[in-house]
Amino acid sequence: MERIPILKMGDYLLITIQVDMHDKLALTLQNDLTEQIVRHKSKGILIDISALEIVDSFIGRMLGIIASMSRLLDAETVVVGMQPAVAITLVELGLSMKGIRTALNVEKGMAVLRATLGEQEYDGDSSSQF
Amino acid sequence: MTSSPSRLAEIFDHREHDIAAAWLERQAAGMKRLSPAEQHEAARQSREFLAAIKNAVQRNGVDNTAGPSWVEVRDFLTNFSAARAKAGFTPTETASFIFSLKQPVFEALRQTLGNDAEALALETWRATELLDSLGLFTAEAYQKTREDMISRQQEELLELSTPVVQLWDGVLALPLIGTLDSSRTQVVMQNLLEAIVKTRSDFAIIDITGVPVVDTLVAQHLLKTVAAARLMGAECMISGIRPQIAQTIIHLGVDLAGVVTKATLADAFAIALRRIGYSVVREQKTKTAAEK
Repeated sequence: MERIPILKMGDYLLITIQVDMHDKLALTLQNDLTEQIVRHKSKGILIDISALEIVDSFIGRMLGIIASMSRLLDAETVVVGMQPAVAITLVELGLSMKGIRTALNVEKGMAVLRATLGEQEYDGDSSSQF
Repeated sequence: MTSSPSRLAEIFDHREHDIAAAWLERQAAGMKRLSPAEQHEAARQSREFLAAIKNAVQRNGVDNTAGPSWVEVRDFLTNFSAARAKAGFTPTETASFIFSLKQPVFEALRQTLGNDAEALALETWRATELLDSLGLFTAEAYQKTREDMISRQQEELLELSTPVVQLWDGVLALPLIGTLDSSRTQVVMQNLLEAIVKTRSDFAIIDITGVPVVDTLVAQHLLKTVAAARLMGAECMISGIRPQIAQTIIHLGVDLAGVVTKATLADAFAIALRRIGYSVVREQKTKTAAEK
C-alpha cells in the first residue's frame, strides 16, 4: 500500500510529501504520524510540501488537523516550502491555518523547531525552579 | 430598387469638384479651432477620400460596402478614425466628416436629376444608405481605437504598479500605488509570493502609502496576502497607514489584529532588520580618527 515515509531524526520527525496527496494517503499519513509521535516521543514535526502543487480543501484541512493532533501529543509542527499557488488557494478557501508554524525551506524550518523547542525547555527549567 | 444601375457613379465623376468644394466648406463650418495646417490636412484627406469613394462606386456600385471593392475606402476610414481618436477629436467631429458629405451629394443629385423625381428619390436613398453605412463604420473604427488604447493603458498600469523591491537580504517591500481591485490584488499577491520564494526572504513589507481608499474589500485582500505569505513561511507587515486610513479601518470594524502594522515603511524596515539580527548604529569615531 502506498505510504508517505516518515523519517525520524533525533527528537524530530521529517515528512516529505513528493506525490500528489489524495484523500486516502492523507488519512494513512495521519494514522502513521500519530503512532510514530507516540512511539518515538517526538517533540517536533517538519512537513515539507515544496513538491505539492495542487491542494484542495480536504488536504488543506488535513494539514491543520495533523498540526492540532501533534500539538495534543506535545509536538510542534512546521510546514515548509509551500508554493505560492498553494498558499493562495488555501487562503481563498478560507484556511489560513492559524495554529501552524511555517518556514520557507527545510533549513529554516529546522531552525524554527529548534528555537521553539529550546524556548520550551527553558520555560520548563525556569518553572521547575519555583 | 437595385434593378436600375445607380447614377451615383456618374454624378461623383462629373461633379466631383463641386462636391469637394461644398463639402470642405461644411466641414470648416462644423468644426471650430482648425489651424491653417489642419485645414490643409483636412482638404487633402477629403480629396483623397472622395477619389477613393468615386473609384469604389464606379467599379462596383453602391451596394455592399463590406465587399472587396470598398477595401480602399474602409482602410482610409480606419486610418482616419484612428488618427482622429488619437488626436483627441470627439466622436461627433469624427463621424461628421462623413455625414457632412450628405448635403453636397444631395445638392449635386438635385441639380443633375432635378427633372426626374423618381430617379432623384431613388438616388438620394442610395446615397443616404451608402453614407450612413460609411458613417457607422467610421464610428466603429473610432470606438475600436479608443478601446485598444484603454486596454493597453490598463495593462501598462497593471505592470507598472506592482513592483516588488528588495530592501535588504531577506527583506522585500511592495509599495502599492493606486486603487486596489480584485484583479490587481491577485497580481500583487502572486508577484509578492513568487518574489518571496525567489529571494528566500523572511520578511515582506506591504506599503499602502499610495493607496487612496481602504474599504473592507481592500482590507480583506491585504489580510489574504498576509495570510498567504505567512503560510509560505514569511512574515508580512503592513506599513504606510495614514491617519485617515487608520480611522476608516477602525470605523469599518476590520480586524487587523493578527498583522504587524506600522505608520511608515522606515519603521517596518527597522523591525525587520532587528528581527533578522541587524542593528543600525551611527558611526561616531570618524572625527577622532581624523584628528589622530
